[in-house]
Amino acid sequence: MSKFTSTAFGRKVGAGLKATGANTSKPIAQKKEEKKGADAVEGHDEWLHGKPLIKPLDQVELTETELEEEITRTLSANNPHAPQNIVRYSYKELAFKPVTVDHLEVHFVLEGNLMYLEASQEYRLSEALHEDTTIVETGAQPDEERAKIQETPTTDEEEVDEGGEEDRPDSEASKTDKKEPKLKNQFSFCERASQTLTNPLRERGCQTEPPPCRTFCATANQSEIYDAYVEWLQAQEKNKEKQKGVQSKRDDSSKRTVLMESQTDELPRLTKAAKILERMVNQNTFDYIAQDFKYYEDPSDEFRDQKGTLLPLWKFQCDKAKGMSVTALCWNKKYQDLFAVGMGTYDFCKQGPGVLVFHTLKNHSFPEYIYTATSGIMCVDIHQQHSYLVAVGFYDGHVAVYNLKKRGEGEPVYKSTAKMGKHTDPVWEVRWQKDDLDGNRNFCSISSDGRIVSWTLVKNELIFTDILRLSVTVSVSDVQGGGQQVSVDVSGTSFDFHKQIDHLFLVGTEDGKIHKCSKTYSNQLLKSYDAHNMAVDAVKWNHFHSGVFISCSSDWTVKVWDHAAHTPLFIFDLHAPVGDVAWAPYSSTVFAAVTLDGIVHVFDLNLNKFEALCQQAVVANTVKLTHIEFNPIYPIIIVGDERGFVTSLKLSPNLRKRPKDKKGQVLPNVVELEIANMEKLVHQQREPEKNTV
Amino acid sequence: MAGTGEGKKEEADYKRLHSFPLIRHTDMSEEMRVETMELCVTACEKFATNNESAAKMIKESMDKKFGSSWHVVIGEGFGFEVTHEVKNLLYMFFGGSLAVCVWKCS
Repeated sequence: MSKFTSTAFGRKVGAGLKATGANTSKPIAQKKEEKKGADAVEGHDEWLHGKPLIKPLDQVELTETELEEEITRTLSANNPHAPQNIVRYSYKELAFKPVTVDHLEVHFVLEGNLMYLEASQEYRLSEALHEDTTIVETGAQPDEERAKIQETPTTDEEEVDEGGEEDRPDSEASKTDKKEPKLKNQFSFCERASQTLTNPLRERGCQTEPPPCRTFCATANQSEIYDAYVEWLQAQEKNKEKQKGVQSKRDDSSKRTVLMESQTDELPRLTKAAKILERMVNQNTFDYIAQDFKYYEDPSDEFRDQKGTLLPLWKFQCDKAKGMSVTALCWNKKYQDLFAVGMGTYDFCKQGPGVLVFHTLKNHSFPEYIYTATSGIMCVDIHQQHSYLVAVGFYDGHVAVYNLKKRGEGEPVYKSTAKMGKHTDPVWEVRWQKDDLDGNRNFCSISSDGRIVSWTLVKNELIFTDILRLSVTVSVSDVQGGGQQVSVDVSGTSFDFHKQIDHLFLVGTEDGKIHKCSKTYSNQLLKSYDAHNMAVDAVKWNHFHSGVFISCSSDWTVKVWDHAAHTPLFIFDLHAPVGDVAWAPYSSTVFAAVTLDGIVHVFDLNLNKFEALCQQAVVANTVKLTHIEFNPIYPIIIVGDERGFVTSLKLSPNLRKRPKDKKGQVLPNVVELEIANMEKLVHQQREPEKNTV
Repeated sequence: MAGTGEGKKEEADYKRLHSFPLIRHTDMSEEMRVETMELCVTACEKFATNNESAAKMIKESMDKKFGSSWHVVIGEGFGFEVTHEVKNLLYMFFGGSLAVCVWKCS
């Protein structure tokens, strides 16, 4: 408020000081004079004319003396308008006290700015803007405070103005300074936008297979839990006992191994039980065959004079050997119900793998042992004393020894190698020999390559020794007519060792000759027989008579020989190629032969020197019979055919007649009698020959 | 009196003898089986009187260790037929009277 009331003259007024005198006319007069002066400055002409004095109507007229009277005036700091008689009751002093009143009076206020010249333009600009706002803000402040603030700005204003005039050129220069950042124009800009292609969206899905699941069900109750615990404890105890027995230091920390062991223990026991059960089932099912085997004696034999028959019993076959032929048969000497069957094929074009099978009469439905081999088996022999050792000859020229005790292993315990003198052609026969001087087992083999080799089982290998090399010196005549002696290997096809004389043996060859040889004289033949026109299929010493042997050949004949003579004692024509021949173990004069037309021929020279007692087709006549073997104890024979079947046949009573004395009792000394029988036959045959010669 | 005393003794003997865990059926791998078995033993011993808590503990631990969707049954007598993921089933007895079946099926 005081702002407006104070000066019309515009300049500067002292800080609120006022004359306190009662006379106010003087100042008015002074004012007038001053006004005159001001007018004079403005208009010169008016002053020259002399202006008429204008007086207020109520002006006091003073005399000269009155005018010259000096009036003293003093300035005091008291506000004349301020009331001095205000009192307030003081409860403290229990009396009225005068209140001190403020004597300050403000007459004029002017706001101003102050800033550095060095400051940038923007700063100044923003400062100015800011100043405006502050003024607006402070406008609402109470008067007293405002007055205090105003004091400084008013004084500063002059300085600013002065400074501003002085520094102007400098400020201009500062404007051109490059360092000063450009002031941005907040209106000069343009908007720009662009749009990119949106990526196409693609959906992709896949499905996995659910994890494999299984169902499991069980019932838990107290008794089951109890049983499980008891069972487990028992198993553990058993296991402990066993461990004590074995004295093995294996700790049974892992429960799993314990369980596994107990499982493996039970397996062999189980198989044994299963085997017994299988045999029982078979015996029950085929009870009639077993009955026939044991008790049936063909009653019609009595009315047939000398003729006999063969009663078919079990038929043996092995699924693993389908399509193979029976190439070898051999009875086990120790277990008379067990026999070995070698499977392979004689067909040169169809050679394949071979199988060695062991059948027992007690269970004809499934073999006891099965061994598979890569090459066809050609011959088998079971050791006389050690019946678990089985020697085998293969089509590819190998020989091998199987050990039946080592179950589970399908591999032979010994096998010849190409380095270790294996045959180069099929092995036709193998035969165990008596243990040598060092006690080593040994056997001999004969092959188409003309070698007869003795094999000795030493530790884990087969040591071979060539016993004999069959060769024939042939004179080849060339064109000039000159002769040349050429040694040619002869294929051996069969051999047999003498029952009593260990070193003596017979060799049948492919060219039909039979040679009598000795192991002691290698490469020297003791004797040669021109036996057959075709390959000798089998040659066998008589079981009783030491000088008689039999041979058979594909030239349809079976011949019985005295080893001292060059000509056979008997010749039988069987009207078909003969596959095999065998002496009966119970009689010196009985033998049986099989022919390729499927017929078994049984002879007893004692009864009939000219024809067979029995000629019976045991298989279809398109099927070739390959081998025959007598059981060493029971009156049965086994016959192998080319389809892989083995048929067992019982000999009727006529075919196994024991020599009886006049009282009808069987003589005790059978062996001597048998030898005598044969001897008699030999003599009978020789006598007429001698007579004619 | 003597008979009952013997009976008690027998029972105690049985408990002592049969305190070990006995795996009845499992198709888990060796490592997993051992771990699960130990977990079951721990849980059953910790919550000897509360099968539900034990089952809960086993289930939650198995879920953490071998992924979710495990199921646990603990009890003294029950029958069950469950479908489980192959290689994720354990059926065992513990403490002579408890049967624990743990399987996974999602």
